[in-house]
Amino acid sequence: MVISGHTKQDIFRMLSVINDPEIPVVTIFEMRMLRDVKITDKGYEVIITPTYSGCPAMGIIEQDIKMTLEAKGVRPVTVKLVYDPAWTTDWMSNTAKAKLKEYGIAPPLHSSCSNEVFTNNIIECPHCHSDDTVLMSRFGATACKALYQCNNCKEPFEYFKCH
Amino acid sequence: MTQEQALYKYCLRMGDDALIHAYRLSEWCSNAPILEEDLALTNFALDMIGRAQAILDYAGKIDGKGKTSDDLAYRRKERDFYNHLIMELPNGDFAYTMARILFVSIFEYYFFSELSHSADTTLAAIAAKTVKEVKYHMAHATDWALRLGDGTDESNTRMQQAVDDLWAYTGELFETDDATAVLEDRNIAVDMGMIRAKWKTDVTRILTEAKLKIPADGYNQTGSGNGVHTEYLGHILSEMQYLQRAYPEAIW
Repeated sequence: MVISGHTKQDIFRMLSVINDPEIPVVTIFEMRMLRDVKITDKGYEVIITPTYSGCPAMGIIEQDIKMTLEAKGVRPVTVKLVYDPAWTTDWMSNTAKAKLKEYGIAPPLHSSCSNEVFTNNIIECPHCHSDDTVLMSRFGATACKALYQCNNCKEPFEYFKCH
Repeated sequence: MTQEQALYKYCLRMGDDALIHAYRLSEWCSNAPILEEDLALTNFALDMIGRAQAILDYAGKIDGKGKTSDDLAYRRKERDFYNHLIMELPNGDFAYTMARILFVSIFEYYFFSELSHSADTTLAAIAAKTVKEVKYHMAHATDWALRLGDGTDESNTRMQQAVDDLWAYTGELFETDDATAVLEDRNIAVDMGMIRAKWKTDVTRILTEAKLKIPADGYNQTGSGNGVHTEYLGHILSEMQYLQRAYPEAIW
């Protein structure tokens, strides 16, 4: 049986409303965790990739995808997790980076991640835009972020690490 | 040994390494010397749990008996675990934990960098992901090795003790067996000889910079390739597997 009625673009549009559960101002599409949609005679397969191997949000994202599509009458839906190509912060759109900053998370600094992991990065404060900031903790509430403090406005903030 | 059997064992060894090291790091949760280290060590553990899940799920598929990563983690006996002995040793003090992360993360950096070119595309993909995460573990442990080694007399003594104690467990990381031989012929497994030299170079450079002495190579502890472990693994499993053993099929 060939399933008709919904194109790949339709599915992408329906899924573009799903937010990243950890950072609810950006969508899984903007984060590029949503990789592809395959429509076969067996149903709809949504392909996602994790930001980090141990990302605890993947289970929630899978549920959100199924609920969103089933609510629109799209079924059957399967969600497949792929690791290749490995997710990188390079894929994040400028819109996503701007939204992160607005939300109070400094976006990843480098366009590409070399071996440079913690060396002397100057991270701009997302609140007052001062460059006078200091690394407080390399690891934060989620694996993807480090903790900084601004010496100018004194506010703490999170930095989305280059990955 | 068939390719499937060899690959199954190879995956268990990698998956168990990540799982058991993650278990040890999780024990630091709420016990680290400062909050930032609590966050760092549990973040590392989370990376490793994710890696263990991906690799053990793949192992279950290769085995073809419908086992999930949970089945493999919670329902295998001690003798069926293949993690390297260094992963299961108790945490000791903070220096001991950091020395282990240093030795293991440098090994894993080179191992997974090579594995990302494996002819097995699933392992290559997991490896590429792992390299990105291990870089952070390695940078963090290197900084601590320098800080403790080149710190006070007390911190130097403790770091040196940790390095000396763990040294005899590092050789096992590079062991090969029947399974790796089968997989190396098919360009799936990593050439251990090559990464061992790189590991030694990096470790020597870091320890020297940290004003720590490089222990002499001597007797190496071994056994995990045959499922023979230290007395510590059984205690880990008795706690980790308690729920599934007391209440089989329990889910949440």
